[in-house]
Amino acid sequence: MGEVIKIATRESYGNALVELGQKNPNVVVLDADLAGATKTSTFKKAFPDRHIDCGIAEANMTGIAAGISTCGKIPFISSFAMFAAGRNFEQVRNSIGYPHLNVKIGATHAGITVGEDGASHQCLEDIALMRTIPGMTVIVPSDDVEAKAAVMAAAETDGPFYMRFGRAAVPVINDNPDYKFEVGKAVVLKDGTDMVIFACGVCVAEALGAAEKLAADGINAAVVNIHTIKPIDKDTILEFAKKTNRVFTVEEHSVIGGMGSAVCDVLAEEYPVKVTKIGVYDRFGKSGPAGALMKEFQLDAEGIYNKIKASV
Amino acid sequence: MTNKELQLTAANVRKGIVTAVHSAKSGHPGGSLSAADMFTYLYFEEMNIDPKNPKDPGRDRFVLSKGHTAPGLYSTLANRGYFPVEDLTTLRKLGSYLQGHPCMTETPGVDMSTGSLGQGVSAAVGMALAAKLNGDSYRVYALTGDGEIQEGQIWEAFMFAGAKKIDNLTVIIDNNGLQIDGKIEDVCSPYPIDKKLEAFNFNVICIDGHDFDQIRDAFAKAKECKGMPTAIIMKTTKGKGVSYMENQAGWHGKAPNDEEYEQAIKELDEQIAKINEAEV
Repeated sequence: MGEVIKIATRESYGNALVELGQKNPNVVVLDADLAGATKTSTFKKAFPDRHIDCGIAEANMTGIAAGISTCGKIPFISSFAMFAAGRNFEQVRNSIGYPHLNVKIGATHAGITVGEDGASHQCLEDIALMRTIPGMTVIVPSDDVEAKAAVMAAAETDGPFYMRFGRAAVPVINDNPDYKFEVGKAVVLKDGTDMVIFACGVCVAEALGAAEKLAADGINAAVVNIHTIKPIDKDTILEFAKKTNRVFTVEEHSVIGGMGSAVCDVLAEEYPVKVTKIGVYDRFGKSGPAGALMKEFQLDAEGIYNKIKASV
Repeated sequence: MTNKELQLTAANVRKGIVTAVHSAKSGHPGGSLSAADMFTYLYFEEMNIDPKNPKDPGRDRFVLSKGHTAPGLYSTLANRGYFPVEDLTTLRKLGSYLQGHPCMTETPGVDMSTGSLGQGVSAAVGMALAAKLNGDSYRVYALTGDGEIQEGQIWEAFMFAGAKKIDNLTVIIDNNGLQIDGKIEDVCSPYPIDKKLEAFNFNVICIDGHDFDQIRDAFAKAKECKGMPTAIIMKTTKGKGVSYMENQAGWHGKAPNDEEYEQAIKELDEQIAKINEAEV
């Protein structure tokens, strides 16, 4: 086997924007003094006239994007998830969500894999916040291939999008000819009969690792990538819940209101079945290297495997 | 339009405001009335707009950042022909396209949804920036309240507009001096507004917001100004045109009862008669 390629999805975001910029002259990118970190600097270099640096003023950036979108442009606004969704919640809700404007939010540095910057910058609440806004599409890509596909899909679809990218490099897992990205359509990565693990973002690769370990113990776990949290793929969730009757969810986000909660919303109404939510349990993050934090918060393959083993 | 025509139109806009808020039994008459002359001038004289084609890409844009004064905007749009004046009585009612605060997906002629204070100027900056990016010649206007500029985002937007020389943007500040809790200088003074905006690289023009000669002159100067956005700080009377509402903070967000409504309409009709009688 060749070496696994690892790329941070923020990097994929920046690269995708350049590709998109070449295709679509209406795409503009707005930053709040973080173009280097959000990787939109690649777009800035390629299309300096279509890059707007708003300075450290995320609320204003959000409003500018709202206004610019009413005049036919497709703005992508970039910042860390903490600010793009957290600080900006009300601007996103009222200036973008309520008028259902065609603004794309590229939120990087989500979750604990921000690493050394620590809890103040590790947003664990953004999926919960964004999915409550009517009409907001929420996507959490798992790797380079999916992140690029999400950016392209966002540009082609009218309406507000929230896309959650990470700082740390993650393995490329969707680089195969059968992979097809469709907004709102989950991706079955591994079929299984004993249980299903629904995962998103950086936790998809880790869930696949956990499923391998479970297989060694004779447990046949399905792994399904829920890249779109909203609108969520009810059919696939129900199909696998019915097939396995045991559901786990894994995400680099608070277990309150995130992807796991979205899955529970579907199952509670249509097929009540036992669900164990694996994520960050009502606490803040910590400083440290991303990998060490994933281990500490038991979100790596080993941690997920241990959690699942302890509850079956 | 002549000043006399503008005055008559503004009086009718004021009647529409009072009628709408009375019918809704809630809403914000004070700041709608203070800005009624400005609304009138913008939509009947200044802006390049077509009520029959409210989404024309080449039109001038207006953002009501102080969105609670929606009755002022709605009455102006109705009088300008965007929708029937009779519909003003549906304001704030279930099923009406006249929401409590401006909603661009519901109301013809509303260019931006607003209501949460402090957000509209940013959107106006975005529209002005889009014109520059596209090489379009339309202009963008935003109206804020003097209390509203206590919001931090407003100053983010001002800083950006000044720094990036957004000269197709005109921000109008309705300086009626009152907010819900009282006088703006007692609550948390934003003064001196002119000096602050000059420091933010704005072309600042201070006028009487009820004087059409001064309003006309201010917009002419705004158009001539290159390399910086313009701020028109207009001194106004909150509740202007209805005697018992004038300069009363209590009429910021309160509807007149039936008796008060009759009185307001009587006063405004008298003003209309007086304008009609006046020498041109």
